[in-house]
Amino acid sequence: MLDVTQSTTAEIVARCEAIFTDLDFGAARAWKADKPGGKVIGFMPFYVPREIVHAGGALPLGIMGGGDQLEVIHGDAYYQSYICRIPRSTIELGVSGRLDFVDGMLFPSICDVIRNLSGMWKLMFPDVPARYVDLPQNFDDEIGGAFWASDMAEMRHWVEEIVGRKISDDDLRASIALYNENRRLIRSLYALRSAEPWKVASWEVYLVERAGLVLPVEEHNTLVAAYIAAAQKQQRPLKDNSRVVVSGAFCEQPPLNLVKSIELAGCWIVDDDFMLVNRWEKSDVSTEGDPLAALARAFLHDSLSTSAKYEPDASKKGAGLIESVRKNHAEGVIFAMPSFCDPALLERPMLQNALKAAGIPYIAFKYAENSGQMQPIREQAGTFADSIKLWSGE
Amino acid sequence: MSTIITHPKAAPAEAIKDAAMAKQKEMMNRHYDRLADAPKNGEKVAATFVPGNLNELLMCFGFANNLPEVNAIQSGLRRQSGGYVMEAEKQGHSEDVCTYVKSDIGMMAKGNIGPNGRKLPDPDVLLLSYTGCFTFMKWFELLREQYKCETIMFHTPYMADGKITPDMIKYMVKQLKENVIPTLERVSGVKFDIDLLREHLAKSAKAEDDLVWVLESAKHKPSPIDAYFGGIYYIGPIFGAFRGTDDAIEYYKFLRAEIEERIAAGKGPVTPDGDMGKERYRLVVEGPPNYTNFRQFWKMFYEEGAVVVASSYTKVGGTYDFGFRHDPARPLESLAEYCLNVYTNRNLPMRVDMLEKYMNDYEADGLLINSIKSCNSFSAGQLLIMREVEKRTGKPAAFVETDLVDPRYFSAANVKNRLESYFQMIEQKRAGSRSVA
Repeated sequence: MLDVTQSTTAEIVARCEAIFTDLDFGAARAWKADKPGGKVIGFMPFYVPREIVHAGGALPLGIMGGGDQLEVIHGDAYYQSYICRIPRSTIELGVSGRLDFVDGMLFPSICDVIRNLSGMWKLMFPDVPARYVDLPQNFDDEIGGAFWASDMAEMRHWVEEIVGRKISDDDLRASIALYNENRRLIRSLYALRSAEPWKVASWEVYLVERAGLVLPVEEHNTLVAAYIAAAQKQQRPLKDNSRVVVSGAFCEQPPLNLVKSIELAGCWIVDDDFMLVNRWEKSDVSTEGDPLAALARAFLHDSLSTSAKYEPDASKKGAGLIESVRKNHAEGVIFAMPSFCDPALLERPMLQNALKAAGIPYIAFKYAENSGQMQPIREQAGTFADSIKLWSGE
Repeated sequence: MSTIITHPKAAPAEAIKDAAMAKQKEMMNRHYDRLADAPKNGEKVAATFVPGNLNELLMCFGFANNLPEVNAIQSGLRRQSGGYVMEAEKQGHSEDVCTYVKSDIGMMAKGNIGPNGRKLPDPDVLLLSYTGCFTFMKWFELLREQYKCETIMFHTPYMADGKITPDMIKYMVKQLKENVIPTLERVSGVKFDIDLLREHLAKSAKAEDDLVWVLESAKHKPSPIDAYFGGIYYIGPIFGAFRGTDDAIEYYKFLRAEIEERIAAGKGPVTPDGDMGKERYRLVVEGPPNYTNFRQFWKMFYEEGAVVVASSYTKVGGTYDFGFRHDPARPLESLAEYCLNVYTNRNLPMRVDMLEKYMNDYEADGLLINSIKSCNSFSAGQLLIMREVEKRTGKPAAFVETDLVDPRYFSAANVKNRLESYFQMIEQKRAGSRSVA
């Protein structure tokens, strides 16, 4: 077993990459094997309150599709060609038995495809409890907050049924504290990358983050802290790259090569929206009082902006992205969005309008989780990086 | 009492409509004129969606109700939507996303001319009744950018576990009381009168009774109606701007009387080419139709003697045949339940159960899925639905792919080939059943 606290970034990243490429989720299986009676509850992008799963003693397992290494055979038989990749590879994971150790599945309200997948799961895997996570679109504490708290109370009961024990408020507060720590660490990692991107490659950050969707939060906290410590010590060559924010990749994940290609093309990714779940709340969730009410308040008032969440104030459309550009001193935005992704693609014109008004350059391309050809993306990102260098400030 | 509408020197291709279809068309025209005249008449306009359409509530404030999906359908039927969709794509909207949205945005860019040839007014309020379709949220965020008017989010939870919970109703009623109604009052300048809402809801329920009778008339053999292609005409008033009005009550009474006569005469549905010939295949259809080639698509069915006896699309504006009625005794709760019950807000297992029930109750020969390229709300999961219904009923199912209003995705030859093969499959299945018997 690797002692991450004594490891180099390369060793930590190698461990994370092994977790990432393991489509049988060996790390989660090992966790379950070590814990008699332990339960694993899968969840899909972009956000679920993992604290509730953890408080029940279960392992929340992020299912982000099958990536570019999974051969999808059965999954394609369930979807038309114009539907994105993530549901078909997720079905493939299920049908091929790779999720046979998962005791429950959570499907957040991100789009119609994932919503309908929740019902498909009920039909296809009737022995595995499946729950739709209906996130509120009303941001008043007494209205949307009350509804979301009641939905989380149902989810708590649902987890209790799976794990076979009650979840106390103290259990929940303890889990919130652990996930607060996790979010703080991820924010620190992002801050480090933004400050010194040459020290922290984005594809490494991606793998370190992604490991947190499989590992228990306690272990992931140690891993992220160790990676940050090791990254701060290392020296890597400073390059004259352009600083960009990547937007649109919050559900179906880009192939790792795409992240690498953007960097190879001369861009430092200084912020992104990959896997929002691990930094969804922008600051600590309160560990005082009613824990579900605290989670509800954090969702309503202190969470990131993304397409699946309604923006009640028209003037704030795109404000989160612009704020990210400003805060991270980015010079442009790369919209990298999955093909056929309704949330991302319907949102894009509004974000582009906001960027245009703010004078921020951008480019856009689409990908699928199994995209193999990176040359066009490298060329597009490279041209964008060059254009920023040549014409910025004009 | 079917009426053949003829026009002097009309081209022979003019579609034949029954009297109710003609009446429906007249109501629609009248409504579009009302919308066009709204600025002149000082009427306020609310835009909202067909599923989750709160027409009774909007009427309490005197709003004229403008439904962008219906505008897109009208553009599709008039073969204008293709240009509108491409206009929106030129503006940067992805080719991958909903064509209703792009047709609407393209239509705005081209002057927002309605089907009556007159400019549609800018809405005073966007009532974002968010039920059954993710795209609705983005659609009105996009329109909000253009119109810069007040937008009200009214969030309907999804019936993920196949049931309506008290918390769902509470959430929705609170939204109505604290957000929706106060904003409508402010924009309209009209004070809310719950008794007026009750009156409208009582009228809705009356019309809904007759609508259900009409839809269920397809249980007769031969079916007096086509519950998909014809059904689209029949749902128009109740899914649109007429639910809760005397007009809707009269319309459905009129329609019912017409169908009673057709049943008594042993007639099948009226098609654009006149009375349908012998009924050979009874189908249940899942999914919306294609509108750009609507008549051509329909013809592929009636030419073969195929009649649609039940469809899920005619339930997107409410699943009245499963018992729901607007209830004046519980006005706000009833509006909430209405929104919760629309077809696309029901989970996949409920949709499968519904289709299975239709197959059995209507003694259908098979299930046909028309899968719409740009409507994930309907389309995602349809291949599983097909398998499940096939498995449960033992009846053959088939799958065709088109789009709502994007003519680029209607391939007549492909669709016709598939349908012909499907009808052969039904015949083979029948022959197989006979030989077993």
